[in-house]
Amino acid sequence: MAKKSLMRRVGVLAATLTTSLLVSAQAAEPIKIGSFLSVTGPASFLGDPELKTLEMYVEKINEDGGVLGRQLELIHYDDVGNASSARNFAGRLIRSDQVDIIVGGSTTGATMAAVPLVEQAGMPFISLAGAVTIVDPVKKWVFKTPQSDRMAAERILWDMKRRGFDKIGLISGTGGFGASGRKQTLAVAEEYGIEVVADETYSPSDSDMTAQLTNIRNTDGVDAVLNFGFGQGPAIVTKNYAALDIQLPFYQSHGVASDSFLELAGGAAEGLRLPASPLLVPESLPEGDPQKPVVQAYKEAYEAHWDSSVSTFGGYAYDGLMLAVQAIEAAGSTDKEAVREELENIMGYVGVTGIYNMGPDDHNGLTPESFRILEVQGGDWVLVE
Amino acid sequence: MFSEFLQYLFTGITIGATYALVALGFTIIYNASHVINFAQGEFLMIGGMGTVAFMGLGIPMFFAIVLAVLLACLVGIALQRLAIAPAKNADVVTLIIITIGASIFIRGIAQVVWGKDYHVVPSFSGDEPIRLGGAVLNTQSMWVLSIGTVLVVALILFFTRTLIGRAILGTSMNKLAAQLVGVKTQMVLMLAFGLSALLGSVAGVTVAPITFTAYDIGILLALKGFVAAALGGLGSGLGAVVGGILLGVVEAMTAGYISSEYKDAVAFSMILLVLFFMPRGLFGARTVERV
Amino acid sequence: MFERFLNWRMNYVVVLAVIVFAIPLVMENPFYYDMATQIAIIAATVVGLNLLVGYAGQISLGHAGFYGIGAYFSAIATTTYGWPPLLAMIVAAAVVGLVAYIVGRPILKLKGHYLSMATLAVGFIIAIIINNEGQMTGGPDGMPVAPFSLFGWELSSFGLYSFFGMAVPGHVAWYLVMAVILLIAVILAQNIIDSPLGRALRSIHGSEIAARTVGVDTARYKSLVFVISAIYASVMGSIFAHFSGFITPAIASFDYSIVLITMVVLGGMASPMGVILGAVALKLLPQFLAGFQEYETAVFGFILMATMIFMPKGFYPTAVNFVRGKLRKSGGEA
Repeated sequence: MAKKSLMRRVGVLAATLTTSLLVSAQAAEPIKIGSFLSVTGPASFLGDPELKTLEMYVEKINEDGGVLGRQLELIHYDDVGNASSARNFAGRLIRSDQVDIIVGGSTTGATMAAVPLVEQAGMPFISLAGAVTIVDPVKKWVFKTPQSDRMAAERILWDMKRRGFDKIGLISGTGGFGASGRKQTLAVAEEYGIEVVADETYSPSDSDMTAQLTNIRNTDGVDAVLNFGFGQGPAIVTKNYAALDIQLPFYQSHGVASDSFLELAGGAAEGLRLPASPLLVPESLPEGDPQKPVVQAYKEAYEAHWDSSVSTFGGYAYDGLMLAVQAIEAAGSTDKEAVREELENIMGYVGVTGIYNMGPDDHNGLTPESFRILEVQGGDWVLVE
Repeated sequence: MFSEFLQYLFTGITIGATYALVALGFTIIYNASHVINFAQGEFLMIGGMGTVAFMGLGIPMFFAIVLAVLLACLVGIALQRLAIAPAKNADVVTLIIITIGASIFIRGIAQVVWGKDYHVVPSFSGDEPIRLGGAVLNTQSMWVLSIGTVLVVALILFFTRTLIGRAILGTSMNKLAAQLVGVKTQMVLMLAFGLSALLGSVAGVTVAPITFTAYDIGILLALKGFVAAALGGLGSGLGAVVGGILLGVVEAMTAGYISSEYKDAVAFSMILLVLFFMPRGLFGARTVERV
Repeated sequence: MFERFLNWRMNYVVVLAVIVFAIPLVMENPFYYDMATQIAIIAATVVGLNLLVGYAGQISLGHAGFYGIGAYFSAIATTTYGWPPLLAMIVAAAVVGLVAYIVGRPILKLKGHYLSMATLAVGFIIAIIINNEGQMTGGPDGMPVAPFSLFGWELSSFGLYSFFGMAVPGHVAWYLVMAVILLIAVILAQNIIDSPLGRALRSIHGSEIAARTVGVDTARYKSLVFVISAIYASVMGSIFAHFSGFITPAIASFDYSIVLITMVVLGGMASPMGVILGAVALKLLPQFLAGFQEYETAVFGFILMATMIFMPKGFYPTAVNFVRGKLRKSGGEA
């Protein structure tokens, strides 16, 4: 029985493969947007909304007549959060599918693993991952849409300084996001005159961080605590923080900027602050804010289409796709060098994440100010800055 | 000073009790079949995610838990019937790969049916922690500990006092002899998998308020459970509990006093050290190797 | 003549050589070469692991740790300190051999699941160190690696080389180099299997106590083969690092150890062709399953489970037995 169905599977597989090969051979016309995302695996909360956003907007753009009169074709693979498979799929996009541009790479590890291929092949690549190493030093073909973790650290420290905190306790995840965030926080703390007096970590699979938080609480002179991490870890940290009844002001990173975090952490999240994209609080933005209409439109479209609440991470994919489209339109073709140049020339593009001003030495184009400081009040996000 | 120590201890016991519950599940199947079931974590996941899913349908929590546990038992029995029984003469490594395949398969199905999000399971008795000597302890940890204790006692009674329990143990020691005295070994193995799934899913629901739950939570918990079971000695119920608690306490103490970065490395080094001196874990059966 | 070939113990090496050098005829684009090269690297790794698992019957759930040390040692030595890649590779192999020897002695006294546990622990400790020492290793986000070079001659999959007057693009060159290395790895392994060491290992697999009674120094042979298989992993890790150009701690992780052992078991333990096929299958499967979208994980698990249930000896030995049976039958009739 099972043997038979296995055979049938293989048959179906072979059939789909041949048809997909035939289809791609016939239709040489569309502009091919390649993507590899962590749709499943530990980083699926990044890749899932990113893929949904790409699918939805590619469809939308095609309905509106495409780009340069050509339809868009999205070719995407799931790298399962594994850097080696990200590298392989990037290779497949470049060499086998021969896409025109790549928008993808949910995690920094996946992005960086693809960078050597992208650079050597000369493929415009817009990454959706956070760490500053992606664009610093600048790589000719690599751009990215999310603010760097360094900016998040700067923004948090700026708010801390403003509130008069000089000594902070840091707790971070040992995953890529947390480790890079920790490094950047330690690097920029001095510039803000802030001293990191406690420095603890937890592994992404930990189920209780009380011991680490106890250490921070017992460190002399801590004014505030910052947690850099993503996934379910920060929610557990938040719950443990409340259970330990630590009264110090608490900060999280943009890694938890989604409604599902509020759901997980519940009442324990009350009063914590974090830097986030305005996407979480579109209604509270002042009328004159140029991002307000963009953010509102994206939120409405996404929530109507997918019937699930919007997340910051999907916004990265929106901006990535729109930047790609804008660059291709400006270049007037899919010539890779021209598209790359136009990406570098983008000025004043108003996106969901922020306002992008690219340049030869800035392949991100955002400033720390594009992060809004939010506070959790009454179980919801409130804009404080 | 003392309150610090107490806090690390409480944390360690909370984490350790979770590991111990998972380790117990490994123990039952190991006792009956000498198989290490790498899909054990998926039983926990079904317990947690099933409860969330059934509660989502408007079923009250208690009944949702019962349904989730039943579902896990069914999966456990199906796993034995469809995957383990047909491969009865396979090598140990082959069986490991089969259970790994099964765990990936179950996880894949769960991801399609239940989605990829993390979910909250409400604490059994409120979120207000207990304060003791300057340290805090979650009420849910008390639940994990007490359910763990009840399960261990029940298991010990089951294996020593009931006919079925003895049949399971007998099958594990000598399958042929058990068959000769009239034990239906296939039936016994099925029962063992069902029982292990029951235990795993109860553990899954009990720890879910602390760890949250998601389709892939099983990977994280099963590994530590296996470590705890090996540390305590495979096949020993007491060993599973002691191994789990010990592992949890060492992790918490290392995180507290030495380095949170290397707490897992310290825990693994401890296991190596224990195994060097006690090659069958702390309480493992000292059976003679057959030639 | 044909009879003699059929009975020759190395006959499969010739078959393998014909296959690996015929493959370029059916390659459509550089991506295929890229995958083929990676398959060759991983196949050589599991040929080494197979000595331990298939022949000596000892389980290792931590072999990715050795692969990781090889990869990271090469990466750090060449990229950060400017060592020549070949020197880095050799020193890495020596270091890994030493580590494997030191931990192997006490660990290999353990049996069955306790041995799996101990190897798992060793692998985990290595992975944790690589992950945590971000200053050197780049931490969880990984680090870039310089291309492989020998006496100033650089091998990059994007380069262009001339070979006896023929233009050979870098990805083809990499594949050819790796194909040769794979063949060397297989021939080496076969020689080990046929040596006294190999015979001793098989006797250990049969019954360790019996082997010890007839005077086989089981502890020595087991740790020797453990070291050899670790060195295989280390060298291939070094090569992978240079080929890939970027590595992350995932290559040293427990998950990857499981992938390695699955390749050994899936294709067929104690059969070099079998484990190579296992590597091919497991490396290509995700590429084929990409079309299944959200069902990918479930389908992968199902295939893994079903293969092992219906072909517990692995698919290569099962297929060979099937063909042999047919041949014998037709031979009997004639």
